Amino acid sequence: MKDFIIPDRDMGTPAVKSDITVNLLVDGIPVSVPAGTSVMRAAAVAGISVPKLCATDHLTAFGSCRLCVVQIDGMRGLPASCTTPVAEGMVVHTQTEEVAQVRKGVMELYISDHPLDCLTCAANGDCELQDMAGAVGLREVRYEPGQNHFARRDAEGPNPEYRPKDQSNPYFTFDPAKCIVCNRCVRACEEVQGTFALTIEGRGFDSRVSAGMESDSFLSSDCVSCGACVQVCPTATLIENSVIQIGTPEHIVKTTCAYCGVGCSFDAHMRGEEVVRMVPSKDGKANHGHSCVKGRFAWGYATHRERQTQPMLRERITDPWRVVSWDEALDFAATRLRQAQQDFGPDAIGVITSSRCTNEETYLVQKLARAVFHNNNTDTCARVCHSPTGYGLKTAFGTSAGTHDFDSVDETDLALVIGANPTDGHPVFASRLRKRLREGAGLIVLDPRQIDLLKTPHMGTGLHLPLRPGTNVAVLTALAHVIVAERLYDEAFIRERCDWDEFLAYAEFLLDPRHAPEEVEKLSKVPAELIRKAARAYAAAPRASIYYGLGVTEHSQGSTTVMAIANLAMMTGNIGKPGTGVNPLRGQNNVQGSCDMGSFPNEYPGYRHVSDPETRAIYERAWGVELSPEPGLRIPNMFDEALAGRFKGLYCQGEDIVQSDPDTRHVTSALSAMDIVIVQDLFLNETSNYAHVFLPGSSFLEKDGTFTNAERRINMVRRAMTPKNGYEDWEITQMLANRMGAAWSYTHPREIMAEIALTTPSFAGVSYDLLDREGSVQWPCNDKAPLGTPVMHIDGFVRGKGKFVHTEYVATEERTGARFPLLLTTGRILSQYNVGAQTRRTENSVWHPEDILEIHPSDAENRGVREGDWVRVASRSGDTTLRAHITERVAPGVVYTTFHHPTTQANVVTTDNSDWATNCPEFKVTAVQVSPSNGPSDWQEEYRHHSDLARRILPTAAE
Amino acid sequence: MSHDDMSHDVSKLIRMATQMAQFFSSQPDRPAPEAVAAHINDCWTPRMRQDFVAQIRAGAEADPVVRDAAAFVRLPAA
Repeated sequence: MKDFIIPDRDMGTPAVKSDITVNLLVDGIPVSVPAGTSVMRAAAVAGISVPKLCATDHLTAFGSCRLCVVQIDGMRGLPASCTTPVAEGMVVHTQTEEVAQVRKGVMELYISDHPLDCLTCAANGDCELQDMAGAVGLREVRYEPGQNHFARRDAEGPNPEYRPKDQSNPYFTFDPAKCIVCNRCVRACEEVQGTFALTIEGRGFDSRVSAGMESDSFLSSDCVSCGACVQVCPTATLIENSVIQIGTPEHIVKTTCAYCGVGCSFDAHMRGEEVVRMVPSKDGKANHGHSCVKGRFAWGYATHRERQTQPMLRERITDPWRVVSWDEALDFAATRLRQAQQDFGPDAIGVITSSRCTNEETYLVQKLARAVFHNNNTDTCARVCHSPTGYGLKTAFGTSAGTHDFDSVDETDLALVIGANPTDGHPVFASRLRKRLREGAGLIVLDPRQIDLLKTPHMGTGLHLPLRPGTNVAVLTALAHVIVAERLYDEAFIRERCDWDEFLAYAEFLLDPRHAPEEVEKLSKVPAELIRKAARAYAAAPRASIYYGLGVTEHSQGSTTVMAIANLAMMTGNIGKPGTGVNPLRGQNNVQGSCDMGSFPNEYPGYRHVSDPETRAIYERAWGVELSPEPGLRIPNMFDEALAGRFKGLYCQGEDIVQSDPDTRHVTSALSAMDIVIVQDLFLNETSNYAHVFLPGSSFLEKDGTFTNAERRINMVRRAMTPKNGYEDWEITQMLANRMGAAWSYTHPREIMAEIALTTPSFAGVSYDLLDREGSVQWPCNDKAPLGTPVMHIDGFVRGKGKFVHTEYVATEERTGARFPLLLTTGRILSQYNVGAQTRRTENSVWHPEDILEIHPSDAENRGVREGDWVRVASRSGDTTLRAHITERVAPGVVYTTFHHPTTQANVVTTDNSDWATNCPEFKVTAVQVSPSNGPSDWQEEYRHHSDLARRILPTAAE
Repeated sequence: MSHDDMSHDVSKLIRMATQMAQFFSSQPDRPAPEAVAAHINDCWTPRMRQDFVAQIRAGAEADPVVRDAAAFVRLPAA
């Protein structure tokens, strides 16, 4: 069933918030709008579209095109309706003889410098200039041909004003010949995206849109390819290459991006089952019509030639793959899984659920472990990213989730960003934060590396605390020390919402001199005065918010850091009101959801412990089986047990643990020790090199379901095309379960969501009907909050009183020494996503074709490393090689890289150290040595050899 | 599986328990050994708990809090 939805109408100027309502008359129609609304928008509210070119409701009014002029009783001349605010009792006429005359004249001028190749133009049928020419009744252009920007040449030779197309960006084309200099693209780059890459060079007739310097192309400029300029362009000047190739779309399917945890809503513009373009939804509550290069453009992987669409199996992982029927693959998988249980006990097999798959799919995979395998051996990749968030926030506040919605950032006075790099990892949120920073909000960044957010154009001063990796707890505790020592805490809030005596005990702990900035400076290398300044700024801001990422969680003290963050927010009263809060930025699209859905081995959906008899009773009733009260294995425990010969079978859906998990050699030897590894994925990924069964998965464009983003928002994912592999992922899990005796009979994901709602109190009110109606809701969604909960802990914490946990700094075991004197920390980059399985199969690789090691000039010089050299990075776990980039973004003693490419395998180097509470790996701190190198390491050669062997597919016998 | 790998895994359990002990030793609200054991009971499989207790009982070197925690670790019946 396709969703035919008329695209949102452009109201001309953005909505305005005001308590005052203004009444006016537009063409005789009475309208009431908030004070400050433009006449243009008021007319749109009355159902009247005033002609316009430079105005769009994405951007503040600019008033340059003069097409939107109207007549207003009592006002002289013809005011532009986009820049004229409404007034009480105003009487507006949008069409008079004079108005019509002026508009026609304006249009005539525009068209005199525009090519008339409409029939073959890529924007044909979707061109606002064309529409406006029609709207104003333009019938002739009286100007003689003369100086213009569009003709390549005239009778006398080449036209000096003509500029060729800029096709440097892989996803869109800039054709200056079609530009009407409406400024929309430049304004979108500034207002919406906040990059300020575009500008107008020259004046008058010489005005042109330019990507930075005259020598710059779109690709070489600061442009981050977010697509905002393309989205607002009224002509074919900036247009998606896919539209140039395919043509205009004919229907729209509303869905949710499958990349990061921001969870942007998108309109998939379709022609048949082909995606023409993905356009961010204006009514998307997380993104409000904005996008980044990944969601907007990098969806080509879904139809990439390397996509596997047929099931395959093999006896041994050194055999080539054999393409088989679904029946044969599933029978083989089910038989081997049961065999492993017979031979090694019921606990010998388990599952890994996917943070990229839907809630419904994740729910079924954990149900497979609990109800069909009869154990709790289920875990998810959130283990390796945000599990400390779950533990830390549950301990402090009583629930495992971020406290606020993204909209809250519009009201923050100061953002404290810790261990996160939003402009790369969560770009759409970063744009929203940057907008607030331009409006004057303060910024404090705690990060070993100088992140781009600190270079936000037109913001005030940002404080950067460049701490040494591994010292988060020490620095955050020092911040709390200053707040307590200088009595900057919010006593009323603490007395009301927390336990005062508990706070006093924590205060006493904090006041010990070992937590003073001067002491912490010695460990963290952050100047004491900077720590004091940051603490004062955070405490002084009326509304201060905290946003954090994996630089907080992926440490041996990850959980402690999360609790230190919660303490800071509580002691300053920055909880429960807009603009404040503790907001984890989740990595993958459905990390929040996969955790909510009971993927963890000790928790049922809704974070209820497996030992809780009441919860177990609910599921025993719903599922009709007896359930184990004992916690199952976490991912790292699975590997350890596999090496001990006790864990023999794994069903891994939509994850690439070989590339994403630490200490690659440990992971691959564990997988090699198993009897049956089943990988379900779009591609033959690194993990499939160690698998016996490959089940082809479906992309987010091919299925129905829901994703839950970082603000607990449950968003709909809707099927836009038939799965190339034949089945949605939940169907495959169901087929496997049924071969193992489950007798499941779901016919649509809505039935799975109904079961989730029935068994999980925080989801009790969620249904597909509600989501279709509301667009999205944020859990908890139940009788108490029928439309969900944007901000949590408003009147009280979920656990009752907020808990101050003591936050003693414990140095990680991963220490530098003579052999490994540098600290390696890892992160990601805008254009690539996680293990890169998707983005590497798109044109995004033009921005980031390989992982690069960032190293400080002094460290590089000491080692004889020059820019672009191959270097060997070695730790006690392993070594790899990659190219070096010399930069002062990292401090001396610290090196940095990304983990997007399997040829680099940054995780060969990372260790098996992990968070004390959750076993979340310590990705962010590895002691390493860097030395010049000639080429790939032995491991890289060995791995490539195995990978080549393991990916062979036998030709199918009879076709 | 070789003896090396086994002993590595068991020492890893003690290492993990030691990290917990470091955290809970700084908490004021309850005795650290009990808190460590409670966390282990919440998060570890019965087999991991058995291995851990067996190691401690066999005299493995460990932080006193970790050693004391073993007494509170819940073992599966029989």
